[in-house]
Amino acid sequence: MHPALQALVVVAVAVGGCIAYFLLSNLILDKVLFPARGANAGRNTNRANLIRPWLFLFPALAFLGLYLAYPVVATAWMSLQRDNSFVGFENYRLMFAEPKFGESFFNNILWLVVVPAASTAFGLLAAQLTDRIAWGNIAKSLIFMPMAISFVGASVIWKLVYEARPAGTDQIGLLNALYVWVTGADPVQWLQLPLWNNLFLMVVLIWIQSGFAMVILAAALRGIPEETVEAAVLDGAGPFQIFFRIKVPQIAGTIVVVWTTITITVLKVFDIVLAMTNGQWETQVLANYMYDKFFRAVDWGMGSAAAMIIMALVTPILVWNVWNARREMR
Amino acid sequence: MADLVLKGVEKAYGEVKVLRDINLDIQTGELIVFVGPSGCGKSTLLRMIAGLERITGGDFSIDGVRMNDVPPAQRGIAMVFQSYALYPHMTVRDNMSFALKIARKSRAEIAAAVDKAARILQLTPYLDRLPKALSGGQRQRVAIGRSIVRDPKVYLFDEPLSNLDAALRAATRIEIAQLKEAMPNSTMVYVTHDQVEAMTLASRIVVLAGGTIAQVGTPLELYERPRNEFVAQFIGSPAMNLLGGEVVGIGEETIVRLDGGGLARSAVPTMTADKGLRVNVGVRPEHLRETDGDALFTGEVAITEALGEVTLLYFTASEGAAPLVAKLPGIRPNLRHQTLSLTADPDKVQIFANGTSLLYR
Repeated sequence: MHPALQALVVVAVAVGGCIAYFLLSNLILDKVLFPARGANAGRNTNRANLIRPWLFLFPALAFLGLYLAYPVVATAWMSLQRDNSFVGFENYRLMFAEPKFGESFFNNILWLVVVPAASTAFGLLAAQLTDRIAWGNIAKSLIFMPMAISFVGASVIWKLVYEARPAGTDQIGLLNALYVWVTGADPVQWLQLPLWNNLFLMVVLIWIQSGFAMVILAAALRGIPEETVEAAVLDGAGPFQIFFRIKVPQIAGTIVVVWTTITITVLKVFDIVLAMTNGQWETQVLANYMYDKFFRAVDWGMGSAAAMIIMALVTPILVWNVWNARREMR
Repeated sequence: MADLVLKGVEKAYGEVKVLRDINLDIQTGELIVFVGPSGCGKSTLLRMIAGLERITGGDFSIDGVRMNDVPPAQRGIAMVFQSYALYPHMTVRDNMSFALKIARKSRAEIAAAVDKAARILQLTPYLDRLPKALSGGQRQRVAIGRSIVRDPKVYLFDEPLSNLDAALRAATRIEIAQLKEAMPNSTMVYVTHDQVEAMTLASRIVVLAGGTIAQVGTPLELYERPRNEFVAQFIGSPAMNLLGGEVVGIGEETIVRLDGGGLARSAVPTMTADKGLRVNVGVRPEHLRETDGDALFTGEVAITEALGEVTLLYFTASEGAAPLVAKLPGIRPNLRHQTLSLTADPDKVQIFANGTSLLYR
């Protein structure tokens, strides 16, 4: 069968299956299980309506269970095993003892401190500066555009920015070209400078996430009642006082949501590190460490343990984020 | 102490002039009310005085100092916004002290000013609350308090009562009147579209229409001697009746033969040249009374509205005459579908030619 035809058949079967499921399950509920007829018509209708939401929820719950809940439980179980036998927290003990894990953990904290703060700050700055100017929307689109690039694509772009060629030859990396031109010194392998190279990797994520922060914060800034700003003008506040004492406090809730959302992205950061340094030169992070354990060392136990650590770090922030987002919507 | 002078003030957005040739002298201690229909430019004029809108022509000065290019905070004004414009993230106390903090006043000074204002406005128990925990009336008082603490020369009010319900509006109106009493030396400019507010609060009313001043005067001047048909119909409720006619008798007392057939006598004097002039006779509904003699108007009552102390009578428009409204004392619902003859005292009858009152030519 032609692949296109195959795809069409799959789509038809999937969509048809969904429709058939809803039609048939409701039909069985209304006609067979609790028919709205006879002596118990009223009671049956009520019972059918109690069950109906679950009919609609069932497919989603089933797939979420299969693809989200089960893997979490299975990973947790796997992290307690070694070579198919239960070893308690042995994997965790081994992992904590590894210097590479410590390095990953430290780097993740570094990412956690720098990236959300920088992205939110740049986003807020961009949102405020592009507000109410004629070409603000064009500027916003340009700043937002990196969001549309995959992390790997962005990494390739920035790898070229950090590229170093032998001294004396033309530098194709933007940073080295500038560096050599300004200082006259030899080009630097930026990605091999310990500690600094972490920062160079973070720049990629900041570049991507600032656009996201800007869009959300720009909308929030627009939502500030204009009168409060005018009242502040009459009260004698200058532009900085208006920004920091009137505008920012009014969008504090949104700033927190943006901050925590980026924090979650940061904790999961993997692609950028994999594509740019693969954790060499002391740039390892937890997600890439986990990937190393799983798919390079084929150590399922320690890989799972690393995964559990990442989840443990993300969960509280995620809960807080959802709680904040809900409060914002009210 | 503040005298405000507007000389030929204009506001243009590109080609469109929304305000033209505004000339106004406001003296210390006055409470000036800008009234007018929606879009007449009254709020824009207030915002120009505040400095929130640029003045595109003419001169505006406070106490003789030209203010066109002075930043809002240095004009010595304070403004109360329609939407209160409280800072939602600050407590009542912080809202009221913000301006003083910006001005780097001492802590003790700020606390004293805020406590005093809170006492005047009965806000003391609410000082540590956020605006969202206050009722509409309390929020409006906080907004007023925020103005008071700055001790400005000029208070500006932009429709401060329009977000309040009817009962609260009346109460807050009286509070503002009392506030004015307590501060006889402060100048206040007040924008509203509610003529009751205008009539009760104003020392002088400025009626704006289509971007120009239609008339400036005390509330009673505007009521008794409107300069033109616009002011005549804008002030007073229901609006003044305008009846077309022709001047037939001149002198100290003018006689107009109305198109509806009646005769109107007016205390507005006319000259020989006025004989045969096409005019509109203006009579307020409350000045019409029943008569057995010469009628100004005779017609059938279409609808009655008994309001208790008065009854409004709506007459059907007869041939060649506009529909007419009369306000008779007492409860008179039985007048429905009756034919009634009405007249009015000559000194209550206005005459307008080409829209302008003959009193002002």
